[in-house]
Amino acid sequence: MDRQHTRRPRRARRLALAMGAVFACLAVGVRAATASGASPAQIRIESFVFDPPTLEVASGATVTWINRDEELHAVTSAEGLFASPGIDTDEQFSFRFEKPGTYEYRCALHPHMHGTVIVR
Amino acid sequence: MRDAKEDREQALLPPTSRRGFLECMAWAGAGLVWSLSGGVLSSRALADVARNAKTGRGPGARRSGGLHFVQISDTHIGFDKDANPDPVATAREAIARINALADEPAFLLHTGDLTHAQKPGAFDTVAGLLQEARVGGVFTVPGEHDVFSDGGKEYLARFGRGTQGSGWQSFDHGGAHFVGLVNVLGFQNANVGALGAEQIAWLERDVAGLSSSTPVVVFAHIPLWAVYPEWGWATHDGAQALGVLKRFGSVTVLNGHIHQVLQKTEGNVTFHSALSTAYPQPAPGTAKGPGPLKVPAEELRTHLGLREVTWHGKPGPLVVVDSKLG
Repeated sequence: MDRQHTRRPRRARRLALAMGAVFACLAVGVRAATASGASPAQIRIESFVFDPPTLEVASGATVTWINRDEELHAVTSAEGLFASPGIDTDEQFSFRFEKPGTYEYRCALHPHMHGTVIVR
Repeated sequence: MRDAKEDREQALLPPTSRRGFLECMAWAGAGLVWSLSGGVLSSRALADVARNAKTGRGPGARRSGGLHFVQISDTHIGFDKDANPDPVATAREAIARINALADEPAFLLHTGDLTHAQKPGAFDTVAGLLQEARVGGVFTVPGEHDVFSDGGKEYLARFGRGTQGSGWQSFDHGGAHFVGLVNVLGFQNANVGALGAEQIAWLERDVAGLSSSTPVVVFAHIPLWAVYPEWGWATHDGAQALGVLKRFGSVTVLNGHIHQVLQKTEGNVTFHSALSTAYPQPAPGTAKGPGPLKVPAEELRTHLGLREVTWHGKPGPLVVVDSKLG
C-alpha cells in the first residue's frame, strides 16, 4: 500500500511534466502558426462596432475581419496600409501585419466606427 | 416630343445651354411644403400650394422667371437585402414621378450614393436610369458608397465631367448660384464627412464675385450640419464652408445620406435632408447604427421619395416639396 501510495504521486508528477512539455510544445506551435499567418486573429464586426476594438498580435500575424451585421462595411487603414473592398454580411477580409507598430483603422462607409491593431 | 437620344445629349450639355426654366407646383403627392418666412420654418399642405399654382396667388403660384428642379438621393443601386430587394424598381418609380410632372424640371440633382458599394455593373445601371428622366440635365455629387473603394476614380470617369478636384462644381441657373460639394473623401482624419481645405478655398474663390443677394443652393451628400455625429451624420469642416456663405441672404443646403427628411434653419441658411429612393434608415440614435431599416413591404414606399424645388425669381425662400412614393 505504502509503495503504491508513494509511486502514484511520482507517476502523477511524471505525467504532469510530460503534459506540461506537450502544452509547451503546443503553445510554441500556436505562436509559430500565428507568426506564419496560418492561424489568423479575428475581429468581429457587429452592431456597428469592431470587437475587440483593440487587438494585439505578433508581427507577421494575419488579422481577419468578419462582418456579422446586415449592413455592408469596409475597413481602411488611417495610413493607407490596407483598404478592404466592401465586406458584406458574413463575408470576411484578411490582412497580414509584417512590422511592429500601432495601426488605426476605420470603416470606410461608417467613419464613426474605428479600431486599433497593435503589432508586437 | 423629343427622342431618347436628344434627352441623352441634353443631359451632357453644359448648364448654360440648357433650356429655360418652367415652373409648376402641381404635384400629385402627399407632401408638405416647407418655407422660410421671417426666420421661422413653416409648413403648408401640398394641396394649398397646388391651389396657389392655379390661382396665381400666394406661395407656389406660377410667375415668370425663377427656377424649378428636382432632387433624388441614395438610389443605392446594387443593394439586395430585405429592406428593399429591388432598388432599381423604386428608383424607376421616382423617375416616373418626375416624368409625370406637367412642366419639365430644368435639371435633376442626385445627392449621392448612386450605387451600393460600387457593386459591379451598378454605375452602368444608374447611368441608364438617370437617362430615363425627362429633365434638362443631371448633376450629381458622390456618396461614400460611390468612392470608398477606388477614391472616386470610376465615379469621376463617369460623372466628373465639368467638375473640379474630387467632383465639386458650380453653375448659375434661374438667377441662383448652385454649388455641389464633395464631403465623402478624407474620412481617415474624422469620424464624420469632410470637405478639406482645398475645396473650401475653391468655394471662397467661386462665390467671391457674386452679389450677396444671389440665392445660393448647396448640394452635398452628407449633411453639412451636425445631425448626429455619433453616426457620422455631420461634416467636420461644414461650418467653415457655411462661414464662406455667411454674407448671402438666402442659402439652401440640400443633402442625402440619412434617408429621411429633416429640416433646420440657422440664420439665412435652411438645411433640407432628403429621402432615399432605396430604403429608410432609423431616426438618429434609435438603433445600434445607421443601417437599412426593415419595414413591412407594403409600407416601404411611404419611406421613399423625391423632392421638387421652385423659386420664383423674387426675394424670398426657395419652396421645397418632399413627396413620398406611396
